[in-house]
Amino acid sequence: MAIKVDDISYLYERDTAMQVRALDHVSVEIPDNQFIGLIGHTGSGKSTFVQTLNGLLKVTEGHIYYNGEDIDGEKFDKKKLRSDVGLVFQYPEHQLFEVDVLSDVCYGPKNLGMSDEEAKKVALEALESVKMPKALYKSSPFDLSGGQKRRAAIAGVLAMKPRMLILDEPTAGLDPRGRDEILGLIAEMKRALNMTIILVSHSMDDVARYVDRIMVMGGGKLLYDDEPVKVFRHVRELEELGLSAPQVTYIMTLLKERGLDVNTDVLNVKDAAAEILAHRRELHV
Amino acid sequence: MIKISKLIHDYIKRDDEGNAAGTVRAIDGVDLQVEPGMFIAVLGHNGSGKSTLAKHLNALLFPTEGEVWVDGLDTREEKNLWEIRREAGMVFQNPDNQIIAQVVEEDVGFGPENIGVPTQEIWKRVEESLKAVGMYEYRKKSPNRLSGGQKQRVSIAGVIAMEPKCIIMDEPTAMLDPNGRKEVIKAAMKLNREKGITVILITHYMEEAINADKIFVMDKGKLAMQGTPKEIFSQVEKMKELNLDVPEVTLLAHELRKGGLDIPADILTKEELADALLGKAQSDPAGGSNGDQS
Amino acid sequence: MFDSITLGQYYQTDSVLHRLDPRVKLVGTFAYLISLFVVDSLPGYLLAALFLAVMIKLSNVPFRYIVRGMKTILFLLIITVCFNLFLTPGEVIWEFWIFKMTREGLNFAIKMAIRLSLLILGSSIMTLTTTPTQLTDALESLMRPLKKVRVPVHEIAMMMSIALRFIPILMEETDKIMKAQIARGADFESRNLIKKIKSMVPLLVPLFISAFRRANDLAMAMEARCYRGGEGRTKMKPLVYSSKDRVAYLILLLFFAACIAMRILF
Repeated sequence: MAIKVDDISYLYERDTAMQVRALDHVSVEIPDNQFIGLIGHTGSGKSTFVQTLNGLLKVTEGHIYYNGEDIDGEKFDKKKLRSDVGLVFQYPEHQLFEVDVLSDVCYGPKNLGMSDEEAKKVALEALESVKMPKALYKSSPFDLSGGQKRRAAIAGVLAMKPRMLILDEPTAGLDPRGRDEILGLIAEMKRALNMTIILVSHSMDDVARYVDRIMVMGGGKLLYDDEPVKVFRHVRELEELGLSAPQVTYIMTLLKERGLDVNTDVLNVKDAAAEILAHRRELHV
Repeated sequence: MIKISKLIHDYIKRDDEGNAAGTVRAIDGVDLQVEPGMFIAVLGHNGSGKSTLAKHLNALLFPTEGEVWVDGLDTREEKNLWEIRREAGMVFQNPDNQIIAQVVEEDVGFGPENIGVPTQEIWKRVEESLKAVGMYEYRKKSPNRLSGGQKQRVSIAGVIAMEPKCIIMDEPTAMLDPNGRKEVIKAAMKLNREKGITVILITHYMEEAINADKIFVMDKGKLAMQGTPKEIFSQVEKMKELNLDVPEVTLLAHELRKGGLDIPADILTKEELADALLGKAQSDPAGGSNGDQS
Repeated sequence: MFDSITLGQYYQTDSVLHRLDPRVKLVGTFAYLISLFVVDSLPGYLLAALFLAVMIKLSNVPFRYIVRGMKTILFLLIITVCFNLFLTPGEVIWEFWIFKMTREGLNFAIKMAIRLSLLILGSSIMTLTTTPTQLTDALESLMRPLKKVRVPVHEIAMMMSIALRFIPILMEETDKIMKAQIARGADFESRNLIKKIKSMVPLLVPLFISAFRRANDLAMAMEARCYRGGEGRTKMKPLVYSSKDRVAYLILLLFFAACIAMRILF
């Protein structure tokens, strides 16, 4: 399964004085089984973009094809699309409502018409995927810690067995420990479930070390779409967009400017250290 | 400015019927002191007790045991309550849930109104406060039309309109995007430098703590570490144990030291690292002295 | 989804009416509403309509904008008229199936339609030219005498103004939660009433929880900023009558007197 986005635009408050072009002629293809980071600051159009992908927002211009079918076509089954393309919103814990965690996760599958047993089965699988401690399955979702709530909410979407999972700022408001846990969990889900994952974020440091591909949005346009190291070569341009490259990129770029001939295409501290130590002779230490 | 000794705070845990079912110790014997005019950062992850600590400084919570003194006032004395809240203003995490009025300037005026400042004086203070955080041109706007960072700056203005000696900021940037975060920290820094207001910033973003005068690290209700940013972040292993971030450049220096390079452990900026590796730069007079926060 | 509600929302511009003390506008609106029931004749309604026309002119709010707001309640107006038209007993002048229109009904319906339209237009002129904050301030000030009989006037005004601030925030939140639940396969468009009510649970529970959390946060933030009720508070924007407000009261008085005169004359 794949999504093909063909020259889409989206306008808010269309035909009024306050009209805003949130998406401006975006074209892109999203294949199976890829880990993608979607980066942009607030108002770049990234949230609008992901909402068009599962049909929550209807594009103003252009077309989105899901497995070759136009999602705005008359015969197209939107409900199927919404279960295939799972969308986890920002602060997803704010949508929890059931009396216990398990029932909450069952909500999505039941909406898809599954029987109670089937729903329970997929819900249990989903809870296992997000590493929710078994002891908490029957507790109220409101008694969980911040990180656990978020995992319960992600399980709620995962239980719909999506082929593609989009997470909008999954680490917002979490502390470093919670952030690392969630990011690690997502990376593991990617490996275990073989699905396409789109990680929406405004932090390069968060996504750089996990994803295969980075899409950068700004002003409603898709500005860069490449593998991470290639995107980070545009450090200056990213700065102008109010974004920043990972911290190591800056360090290596500075060292290079100061005359140390290092490769700046590194994404983590370990590789950076190895790269610098490989140039040990040139150092003044 | 602030003196805390042997502070203990217990929350009462309630069961489903609302009966007390035991206590949870949120703060467990904390002693610390803050000198006037300092920029303090309190680091720690959720549940470390840092927010509970912050609420003691504004007399929103009271010690179970021990004492909290704010500018010579004991928070346990009820008559001191309003004076303490005026002297130690507080900015909270959620930008939407602390703005009361529907117009920016009226919100900034809310605090002074509460403490009975005369009308003329309120207008003067509102103008000055909004200018201090760079939000004066938005004074007639509805808060709903502002970005998260702008809302937090309005909240800061609302606090300084009460002319406090100290501002306590309880994770003011946790819900903001990187640009909003920078705006808020810049505004707080400016107040600290230009007006000499003591700032106590509670956060879990280490990059916001790099320029602080002093860092307190909280863990499990206890004060786990305290010292200058260099002293704190150079202890890479200990910070990792506490699940806290360290600047990548400090981590890199740590790795390089492990790899056998003889460089200082307390490197906090990329310029410092470049200087340590390649010798002081000749052509770059500014380099190294003022760090890059991003 | 809530964009259609424009009825009586504050319209930002500058005019004599905008600058008038909100208390004058509040009293004026009440006086006008009463006057609509005092005058009970065509000339009387003409006078009221004329007065309103002058006010609209003075408000600087485009007439089109005011009428657009009326659209939302047109439905209500038609229903009221129909009820009066067909359900008033009397001399039948037109009949169709079970509907009987009477002369009395026609008379009454026309009067009702005029009255209602003027009433709605009249009160929307007030809300169009007065910010909600000014309005609550005016209410607080006018109701002050009630404090003596232990009505918590300040608290009521504060509650109103906080409610007004949080309405847009909670609406946005509703929208967000709705989208999140739709993404989980929720169906809010079902026509079946029971299903519809059931589908509201996943929306309302999170919404209430969020509202309570906000209330809790806000209470703490207010306390941290030394809020302790209306006692000892000063005002940033105190209400002070100026000469134009006195003139406005005088005009109101004259209008009201004219209405009473109309009632006696016709």
